[in-house]
Amino acid sequence: MLQFLLRRSIGAVVILILISAFTFFLFFSIPQDPALLACGKNCTPDAIKIIHQNLGLDKPVPVQYWNFMVGIFAGRDFAVGHCSAPCFGYSFANNQPVWNTIVDRFPTTLSLTVGGAFVFLLVGLGTGMLAAWKRGTAVDKTFSSVSLVLSSMQIYFLGPIVLGLLVYSTDILSSPKYVPFTENPGQWFVGLLIPWIVLSVIFTANYTRMSRSTMIEQLQEEHVRTAKAKGMSSRYVFFRYAWRGSLIPIVTIFGMDLGSLFGGAIITEQTFSLAGIGRLAVESVIKTDLPMIMGVMLFSAFMILLFNIIVDAAYAWIDPRVRLS
Amino acid sequence: MTTLTKTEDSPAPTGADPFLSVRDLYVRFSTEDGIVKAVDGLSFDLERGRTLGIVGESGSGKSVTNLAVLGLHNPKSTTISGEILLDGQELTGAREKTLERLRGNKMAMIFQDPLTALSPYYTVGRQIAEPFVKHTGASKREGRLRAVEMLGKVGIPQPQTRVDDYPHQFSGGMRQRAMIAMSLVCNPSLLIADEPTTALDVTVQAQILDLLKDLQQEFGSAIILITHDLGVVANTADDILVMYAGRAVERGSVKEVLQSPRHPYTWGLLGSMPRLSGDVEQPLKPIPGTPPSLLNPPPGCPFHPRCAYTGEVGGDRCSSERPVLPEGRGGACHLTAERKQSIFIEDIQPALG
Repeated sequence: MLQFLLRRSIGAVVILILISAFTFFLFFSIPQDPALLACGKNCTPDAIKIIHQNLGLDKPVPVQYWNFMVGIFAGRDFAVGHCSAPCFGYSFANNQPVWNTIVDRFPTTLSLTVGGAFVFLLVGLGTGMLAAWKRGTAVDKTFSSVSLVLSSMQIYFLGPIVLGLLVYSTDILSSPKYVPFTENPGQWFVGLLIPWIVLSVIFTANYTRMSRSTMIEQLQEEHVRTAKAKGMSSRYVFFRYAWRGSLIPIVTIFGMDLGSLFGGAIITEQTFSLAGIGRLAVESVIKTDLPMIMGVMLFSAFMILLFNIIVDAAYAWIDPRVRLS
Repeated sequence: MTTLTKTEDSPAPTGADPFLSVRDLYVRFSTEDGIVKAVDGLSFDLERGRTLGIVGESGSGKSVTNLAVLGLHNPKSTTISGEILLDGQELTGAREKTLERLRGNKMAMIFQDPLTALSPYYTVGRQIAEPFVKHTGASKREGRLRAVEMLGKVGIPQPQTRVDDYPHQFSGGMRQRAMIAMSLVCNPSLLIADEPTTALDVTVQAQILDLLKDLQQEFGSAIILITHDLGVVANTADDILVMYAGRAVERGSVKEVLQSPRHPYTWGLLGSMPRLSGDVEQPLKPIPGTPPSLLNPPPGCPFHPRCAYTGEVGGDRCSSERPVLPEGRGGACHLTAERKQSIFIEDIQPALG
């Protein structure tokens, strides 16, 4: 198991290096000079030259890449000041190190995605299992058709509708906003409720359908029949034997959905004006804030890989065959 | 009825109710193609301490019958009628809660493939202890101790440590031993073994069968042994019930059925069984044709399309009239008893070697 995790971690590091190299050469080779942002209005060619020298932009791209990578671990010194490790470069648009902005924005995105995932797993697995339990009944048919409709929804379509219904016309909730959990857990919860619901809707339907079908599949497994033949109650057999087996395909899909979850977070943050990593990515692309784009890319790739490894470790928890081989 | 030579251990015909009595059992599945008559008017009895071997090809209704005894069919797609009396208690149409209390407790089942029949997610010990804890109200700790004890009883070495292993850490034979331990954990009076040795190596088969015999002596259970292998039955069972197309076509003691079978289907089963003592040059004789569709079984005797002796019976009785299986020893066939005896002695026996 440890070996398995180690192998996965090494793989993740390789992927991160590839992503960083790819992004670096892609963005630093487009004809847009980052120095222009730092230079301001009355910019002269001499001034740009000085900035280039200060920021190391006059060096060849591979050298810049090397300095960038070293900076992540060792920190870097720019003319504008020291950027301590982990240094992902210096944003000319924000006039501060990239890392500070990311650290500032990350809790919002983490709250949004973890909360959203919690909602869609809870609702999706719950309704799916209920549909499997009541297979063929009106409950099953209702859930199946509702999930079909919801799965064709889009965040930017659903977001404004939910806002209109719950905020603008009825005042049930106030406009979504991020309040740090450590500051006020109640407001954190209320402020993110709408984004969670909207973000989770597009995923919920998939999980409903999938947990329904895997549960039905599992209920026909021979070991489930054995459990029944032992005299275990239907409820026990359903939750202990069938559910355990149905988790494996669900965890697999969840691992693959992590990327889309982050994509969904970008759209959700944009829809509800939440200042998270997703919104930061959009802003920095618009402003051509290359170091920031670079930092956000690497950071989100790192997070997705990290959660993927956590998901892989969850396999071992679910299936002892993985744990021991 | 023919007179029989009675063996000492045959049940005394005192008129007392048998331990398990199945009467006119019908099991039907509704499918998209129509109604499958999986079991079609089956009756048999079983006494405590005896072993009944149910023999037949795949799809003859052996397993379906026994799943019906345990009440494991999906009630939505299955219609079951007839009587299943276990120790005087009616099981057909019994409430699910009633069946739950009996399953794994008074009646237990050993399944064919222990790899798929044991859950990969829980330890062997937990799976053995579960029914014990449920049916006896024992604590988890007592359940675990009982699991260790049972594993030892079925011959698993170092049961104290193996109890915490998962099924995939066991070999095939050990898994089946664990399965047997699981089914016997509550000392069931009725044990149904559905092809318990089919998925195992030949060398392990004999061990498992011996184990079943030993445990039967210890617990005094009645055993139903489902198999397609007459060799297994010959060594293990007291009585045989031969099934074809959801019906019983022959029954009797092991000795009777193997030495003077009274149904052409049984002849076919015997002829297709390889023998170590037989001539290597002598080819096996498979039964021609395939088992009938149970959606639309042949009229009359269901075996008649595959039977070589329909010509010996006058008219079209074989394809129009369903032969009756007499109570006790007998075969459901229109041939006369004398004719059957002479065909067996002249045609069948010589080929068996």
